[in-house]
Order: sequence, then structure tokens, then C-alpha cells
Amino acid sequence: MTENNILLDIKDLRTYFYTDAGVVKAVDGVSFDLKKGETLGIVGETGSGKSITALTILGLIQVPPGKVVSGKIDFEGRDLLKVKQKNLQRYRGNRISMIFQDPMTSLNPVFTIGNQIMEAILAHQKITKKQAYNKALELLDMVGMPDIKKRMKSYPHEFSGGMRQRAMIAMAIANSPSILIADEPTTALDVTIQAQILELVDELKKKTDSSVILITHDLGVIAKYAERVLVMYAGKPVEFANVNDIFYKPFHPYTMGLIGSVAKLNEEKKERLKPIKGAPPSLIDLPKGCTFAQRCKYALDSCRLSYPPSIEIEEGHFVSCFRSKEFQSESIQRI
Amino acid sequence: MPEENTLLLEVKNLKKYFDLRSGFFYSKSSSSVKAVDDISFFIKKGETFGLVGESGCGKSTTARLILRLIKPTSGEINYKGNDLVKIKNSQMLKYRKEIQIIFQDPYASLSPRMTIGDIVNEPLEIHRIGDKNSRIKRIKEFLRTVGLNPEHINRYPHEFSGGQRQRVGIARALVLQPELIICDEPVSALDVSVQAQILNLMLDLQEEFNLTYLFIAHDLSVVKYVSSRIGVMYLGKIVEVAPAEELYINPLHPYTMGLLSAIPIPDPKLERERQRIILPGDVPSPIDPPSGCRFHPRCPNAQEICSREEPVLKNYNKDGKEHLAACFFAGKPI
Repeated sequence: MTENNILLDIKDLRTYFYTDAGVVKAVDGVSFDLKKGETLGIVGETGSGKSITALTILGLIQVPPGKVVSGKIDFEGRDLLKVKQKNLQRYRGNRISMIFQDPMTSLNPVFTIGNQIMEAILAHQKITKKQAYNKALELLDMVGMPDIKKRMKSYPHEFSGGMRQRAMIAMAIANSPSILIADEPTTALDVTIQAQILELVDELKKKTDSSVILITHDLGVIAKYAERVLVMYAGKPVEFANVNDIFYKPFHPYTMGLIGSVAKLNEEKKERLKPIKGAPPSLIDLPKGCTFAQRCKYALDSCRLSYPPSIEIEEGHFVSCFRSKEFQSESIQRI
Repeated sequence: MPEENTLLLEVKNLKKYFDLRSGFFYSKSSSSVKAVDDISFFIKKGETFGLVGESGCGKSTTARLILRLIKPTSGEINYKGNDLVKIKNSQMLKYRKEIQIIFQDPYASLSPRMTIGDIVNEPLEIHRIGDKNSRIKRIKEFLRTVGLNPEHINRYPHEFSGGQRQRVGIARALVLQPELIICDEPVSALDVSVQAQILNLMLDLQEEFNLTYLFIAHDLSVVKYVSSRIGVMYLGKIVEVAPAEELYINPLHPYTMGLLSAIPIPDPKLERERQRIILPGDVPSPIDPPSGCRFHPRCPNAQEICSREEPVLKNYNKDGKEHLAACFFAGKPI
């Protein structure tokens, strides 16, 4: 792995929200790097901090109540956290862009699709309106929109969910970004449409040689598209490794639990699911020590005293668990 | 399971059209949404029948029709030999005691102003079961059964997590000791790790109380995990019915094949080797469904006959275990 292969390098990112009820540690010490041309999956449940991580990268955290307390986001030789809001525009929607979860609410209902795509182009490129129009047509064609000339003049409500998401993707790739962040891009869509959209994102990624950060709670989607995976729990990164290690050789009990919880279509024998007991903790009132300890089958008393540091247990495989070495040497039975 | 072969519910040629009215004052019905269009299926006592399909295919309308929360346009709903479509409203109460429902959204389906004790008590009150003390005893017992602390009887829904709220919803359905529970997307609003808890609870309860489930969901992996037989719906029609395992191994309808193929399996090596078929296009509008077979505009196998004639469900399995599919070219790979 050479250094210049790394496109985005995030270190110890912490984004907190200061609310009346207390400090919400939405993202608490996230570190990862994104290589050129790879798809990195971020997986976790509701409130694990996946989306806030993405919004922090784009500088979209509202201050107050939010605040990036610490960290570094190195991209193209700069720390994005030190770039002024005004200058961030140069990156946002241009070098790094985002596809949001809900295409119904992230498109503006009073402007035509063509108008919105052209806006994205004209915000970053010094070209004429006519050129932008042609570019927009080209983009809609690229994302597989039928009848593009007519669709340019349509409003979002005239589109189906899948078509709206295609329009969103056209907007996101309008300025050939080097990083595309897809935040649950298909959660609001039906399965057959989900497959279409994810294939499209993957295809475009290959065509434009960009990198994708794919945020999802769906382990199937991760298994299919991600090359490396960051597993998050209660604002913290618990495990980071390549996709095969995450699925076949996880060292964190939460990752193991997550994999044991999903019903697999291909399982012939009806094996009982192994759920994780309890529910995720409140981010305002996190338990002392390891945040997963209260739900963990392997927790020791010492797990409740301090938070386990992230260690590189195998090359490129990071895990935050005091007992990970025991899983590795198989001195404790996985249950 | 006992009484394996007793028929509990039989739905025959059930239709529900919602009229679309145009105009404000002199409204006349111009067209209709064919939400459920001539479906038939049966559920045996003690089994779980899964109904799967994408949004707008008519799954939830079917659930509401069976409970007669809405009136069907035509068709029969035979519950233990009585047609629920024909009986009087006053008599329906008796059947609602035996047929209960668990809803999708545990945030919207529990009244925020009632304690969970009141919520579980309400069915007992409606059906005039027991006196105050025996009710409280029963409520506590059922809260324990679904994995909640009976001491929390006086707490409000907002004090619970999503998974716990869904347990309250289950306790409410269970407290009348029904025969049939209709589960309308019971886990889709929950996180994965919590989904598994609820699914396992439902399986345990089925065994303990000899329950019959109609399990409605869009997630085929979840439906396959809990169901003994599965019906696949597309645009108001049932296109395939088969035992759960059979449906996965040997799907006959091209829509089922596409659906199975579209679901990514959480196993990277397998998933990357698998040949996937991506169905093109969108689900058409149920207001103006395609002619002939409703799936034909998206079907890779479609021939001329498919847009002209409508295929009916036929049995393709000869050794007793029914495997129905509505396709002229059933079983042809796509």
C-alpha cells in the first residue's frame, strides 16, 4: 500500500451535538482511509454515527448545536476541517459529492430536474447555459433515464422513486467527483429497484475511476459491493477490515452479533437467528468503558472500566475489543 | 404440529378496488385502483403463510380485508367455514377476538397517552373478559411472555425502545389468545439486531400458543425465515405460491426469480460469484395495469401471448406439495 494511493484520510474524528438534554457524542473517534477506486462500506444500526460521519466530511454539520470537536480529514493535501465554509464549496458537490437516502425530500419540488442538474453543473464549471443543458442531457442518459429531453422538463413528483434516485445520482456525478458518498441510497426503494440503482452506482464508479463510500445497514449490500468495511456502534468504529475478514473472520462481538442476526436467503436448514440482546445505548448517556459491553456475551468486568483501544490485529484489520486476541488464538469459544 | 391439515382461513377470488373520483362536487368515479385483484389462498392451522411483494402490490390491503377493516369489492374470506364478508358487523367482533393484527410501525400503532398496561388491557375491555384484578394478572403475565418487565405496566410507550414497543404490540395481539395473527411488516421498522429478537419471539410464541400467522413483508429473507409457505404478490395478483424452501430452490415465476436474484446475500464470496438478473423498469401503476400478464413489460421471457392473455395459477408439483405459478412459461430460466 503506497501513501499516494490514499485519497481520503480521516483521523480521530469527533462530532458532538450540544443539546439541552446533554452532549450527544454522535461520532466519537472515527478513523479510516479511503483508497483510490475502492468502495468502502460503513455499516451500523440507527444512531451509530454513519450519516454524521458523512455529513462531517462534507462540512454539513450545523453549528450550533453540532461541533466537530477534534480530528483531521486529509483530502488532496488539505485538512478539510481547516478549510473555511466559503471555500468548502469548491469541494462539496464538486470533488466530493453525496447521494442522500430519500430522493423524495432531497430534490427541490418546485424546480424541474433539468434545472436542478444544470444548477449543480453551473455552480462549479465555467460554461454556458447551453453547454450545461447538453451536459445535463448526457448525465441523464448515463444514469439510464429514458426519454431524457422530456425528463429534463419534468418535476420530481412526476418521477418514480427509482427515477428520482437516478436524477440524484446524475446531479452527484455532474462534476466528476473523486469521492461519491452514498448514504443509504436504496433504503427507500423496492428490492428490484434497489438492485438497479446499486448496479448503476457501481458501474459509474468503475467508469469514472472514483471512490465510493457506501453507507448502509444492509449486510447483503455490503457483501456485494464493499471492498473494505467499517463497522460502527454507538458513534465509535468497532472494526475495520476487508470485506471477507469482516464476514468470515470478525474479531469484534458486535460484528459477530450483527452477522448472526440476519436471515439469510440461501440457508437451507432453518438455523435459528442469534440476536444481540438488548438495544443500543443512548448516545447522551453512554455506559462507562466499552459501549457494547452491556449487550456483549463475552464481556468481562474489566470491559466496563475503560474503552478498548483500536489495535491492528492482523495487517489492515483493526478492532476495538479487549478480547479480540483471545478470539484470534481461539482460546475462547465463539457462541 | 397438531391439526396440521385443518383449514383455518381460505380466501377466494378476493377483490378490492378503490374508486378514484374526479371533480369536487359532482364527483363521479372515473377509474379505480385495483389494489387486490382476484386473489385466492388458504392458511392451515398452525402454519405461517408468508405474503411477499413490493410496495403497492396489495399486501397490506389483503391484511385489512381479512380483518374486515375495509369491505372487499367481491370475493370470499372463509374463516373456519364462515364467510367473513357476509356476516353482520355485530358478529364480526367475535371473529376479531380470534384474528388479531400486529402493525408495522411500533411508534405509530401505540397511543402515546396510554400506559402499556392500558394498551394491553383495551382488547380485554372491549371483549369484556374478566374483572379488574384478573385482567391485571393476565396483562402482567403476557408482558412477561413477550419479554417485558411486568413491573413496567404503568409506563408509557415513549419510555421504550422500538423493539420493546413492538413487544407491547405483540402482547396486545396475544392477550385475547387468538388463533390467527396477521403480522403486517412487523420487523421492517426495527434495526437488524432487534429484528432477530422479535422474529425469534414470534416463532417461540407460535409454538407455545399454537398460533397461525399470516406474515406480510417485503423482505423475502425474513419471510423465508418464518414461513412454511409463501405467496408472491405483484400488482394486486398472487403470481406464485410454494413451500418456503421450494420457492427459493425452484422458483417458477420470472418475477420471483428476479426478486430472489435482486436480494444481496450477506456472504461476500457467494454474492460475488452469483449471476444476478436485474429486472428492468419500474412497477407499473395499479390504476392502469398492463394488459394480459401484469408482469410482461418487465419480463425477460415475455412473448406475444403474455400481453394478450392473463395467465392463471396452475399447480406444477404433482407429489402433493402444491406449487402454484401464474405464467405461460413457468420454470423457464430468465
